[in-house]
Amino acid sequence: MATELPSDVNSSEVLVDQTSSKWLPPGLALQKVDERIMTLNVGPQHPGSGHMRLIVQIDGDYIVACDPDPGYVHRGEEKMAEYRNYITNIPHLERPVIHDSCNVLYPYVLGVEELLGIEVPERAKYVRVIASELNRCIYIMYWLAIYGIFLGHSTMFMWPAGDRELLIDLMEKMTGARVTHAHFVPGGVRNDLPPNFEEVCLRQVAYFEKRIKEYAAIFYDNPILIARTRDTGVLSRQDAIRLGTTGSVLRASGVDYDLRQKEPYDVYEELDIHSNVMKEGDSYARSKIPWLDMMESCNIIRQALQKMPKSGSVRVKLKPNPKGKGLDTVYKRVESGRGSLGCYIVSDGKPEPYRVKLSVPSFRNLIALPYLLKGEKLGNMPSVYWSLNYWPVEADR
Amino acid sequence: MSVIAPNFKLSKFIVSILGDVFWILFLIVLVGIPAIFIILFFIPLPVINGELLTPFLALSWLVNPTLTLPIVKAFMTTDIFRVMAFPGFGFAALLAASVIFIERKMMAKLQLRVGPFYCGKVEGILQLMGDGLKLISKEIIIPAKADKPLFWAAPVLFVATAAAFVALIPVAPGWVVADVDLGLLGVFAVIGFFPIITILSAWSANSKYPFIGGIRALFQMVSFEIPLILSLLGVVMVTGTLNLSEIAASQSSFPWIIFLPIGAIVFFITMLAELERIPFDLPEAESEIVAGWLTELSGMMYGLVQLGTYLKLYAFAGLFTVLFLAGWHGPMVIPPFPSELLTNGLEMGPITLTIDGLPLFTQEMLNGTLWFVIKTMAVIFFIILPRGVFPRVRVDMLLNLGWTKLIGLCFVNIFIALGLLYAGVLGPGGLQ
Repeated sequence: MATELPSDVNSSEVLVDQTSSKWLPPGLALQKVDERIMTLNVGPQHPGSGHMRLIVQIDGDYIVACDPDPGYVHRGEEKMAEYRNYITNIPHLERPVIHDSCNVLYPYVLGVEELLGIEVPERAKYVRVIASELNRCIYIMYWLAIYGIFLGHSTMFMWPAGDRELLIDLMEKMTGARVTHAHFVPGGVRNDLPPNFEEVCLRQVAYFEKRIKEYAAIFYDNPILIARTRDTGVLSRQDAIRLGTTGSVLRASGVDYDLRQKEPYDVYEELDIHSNVMKEGDSYARSKIPWLDMMESCNIIRQALQKMPKSGSVRVKLKPNPKGKGLDTVYKRVESGRGSLGCYIVSDGKPEPYRVKLSVPSFRNLIALPYLLKGEKLGNMPSVYWSLNYWPVEADR
Repeated sequence: MSVIAPNFKLSKFIVSILGDVFWILFLIVLVGIPAIFIILFFIPLPVINGELLTPFLALSWLVNPTLTLPIVKAFMTTDIFRVMAFPGFGFAALLAASVIFIERKMMAKLQLRVGPFYCGKVEGILQLMGDGLKLISKEIIIPAKADKPLFWAAPVLFVATAAAFVALIPVAPGWVVADVDLGLLGVFAVIGFFPIITILSAWSANSKYPFIGGIRALFQMVSFEIPLILSLLGVVMVTGTLNLSEIAASQSSFPWIIFLPIGAIVFFITMLAELERIPFDLPEAESEIVAGWLTELSGMMYGLVQLGTYLKLYAFAGLFTVLFLAGWHGPMVIPPFPSELLTNGLEMGPITLTIDGLPLFTQEMLNGTLWFVIKTMAVIFFIILPRGVFPRVRVDMLLNLGWTKLIGLCFVNIFIALGLLYAGVLGPGGLQ
């Protein structure tokens, strides 16, 4: 286990020519020419990059340096939030990760409830937990599909992308929308569950769990996959903590840190949650943790359906234009599909928030990428990159 | 497939087929017959019934079936028919096209989806034609700093080399384009030409991703050529010949895969690597290096490389069939040709017709072709199957496999072959 980080912590130092006084964006700065080193611009128009660019320097098949360059999909969600009131912020704040829209909205809604002093009905809390766990599965399935195709496994692209439809249909029954639900509102959830939701949900989730267990045979126990991802991109426990990674990356490095257990919000403390931890810290562990998380989500959904009050209100009626109580700040965070997702809201007593800041797990996990890729082979780049559970749109906000 | 295409109407389908038939006949009259005339004008014409077949004579004979069939039969003995149509390019291209369709449908079944469905009304059977039309109609973009003559030549050379490979594969007894005594050596020579074309194309594109892909392809093909050649030595030892037709003929009672299973397995794995199929598709690894050495190819240049790839796939599968699966041998399932048609003739209404040119093909040839196609398709099935099951390997894993494990297994195979020879179980030409 490494006790200190690599010496060149800021990898852009390697790339930017120090003699040039004028600052240039990454990739445009002059570089010392080395005949052996080839610079590859992986992205933004590259099948293995997502909405971002990786400036990778390779010596033969080995990566010498990697400089991630996010920011291609910056949409100013935080600034937009300052011009809308607390309720109208809901639809656009879930845009950073539409596949995980309930979880991305969760900290904002919790924060607004604390700012406005709203008490949420018990049934709404359970509905939120169910929706957020279903959405976590939907996100992870999408992530897993892309991880499959990044490794050249086309079946693992098609299967999760198809099985994801099960839960999307379930969410459609629940919220009325397939992807961008806008379901959570301050004071509860928008709609009550449909009449026969419980049995449909149990049936769908049982089938879903059966299906994802089949993935082990074709993907996680596949000898070629294990040989490719074992011991690649190893992130030690201490480095994972010091680099500030969260979620599946942190838990794959042996840190038992799940916000649903450590800082339970809504009704998570009443549910029996098992946190998946692996010690290896390699790409394989990082790719397996989300898969185990999906099975855990299925258990949570079952428990929540059992303990949920069978009737009652799911939403507190709010005043038309709710205002905060003077100058006030609140910070709430939840465990999203990628890790700890925080929302910091500053209120100045007006109907609009003074400032909304999203602290996103994707950006924290991306910080680890240059260290993990240094010295790796080029063939490991896609697996290490995507195993970090990184969503470019979320990182850019 | 249990799903029926929406808006499918049988009447429209029949009308569209009738329309197609009309246009085909129309085009044959306008284009086909003049084309036949031109072809007949240029090729050396055979002597039939004691007189030289001129185009005019041929056309006048086309209306008489008793005289047409001898012309067709004479044409089938020419080299141009062998190269263009039956054991050569046309047959291979037809099989390759069906392989693409089968691959798409098979992968779709494996991955719980439908696959090509709309193009061609029935199960998307004309999807490949649609893809080809799309590729032809696309603009060909060449990088500004590419070495243009080489860049243009590489796809054409690729198809030409693949077609040369196809020409060496015997399909039925006596039906092979190039029946050379050193056939297997010719195969090795042709296979050795592919990495050169790949690196030519990759280097002349003057672009980074094709360059990395080309280097990877070079690594892969060169390092897998050695186990490829060594794995076939066992067959050469037990048969004592390099002629592919003789190797196939020597397996009349049993295929060599029974005695040399290790060689067959090693050859199959190296075949996957030479064909750049998953799990060895590193030169085209999408998520790492875009499309590898194909990145800068556009339009029909890409289409030509794909055609060459599938011709190569067919040729390798055919080679496996010839070397290990007894080639064209199999139980006789084709019924014998009715000989009374030759002696008594065919009753057609009031007249009796005796047709001289029949049979066009012998019974052995048809049966051999059938078994060859069945076995080759089975091999291709197993070549396609890993694509749905395995992820891609890494370069170091690939080289490790090629240089250590496969070469070791090759020597085991060679010792098995030597043991069989010295123990007197097998000798040149078969079981002793």
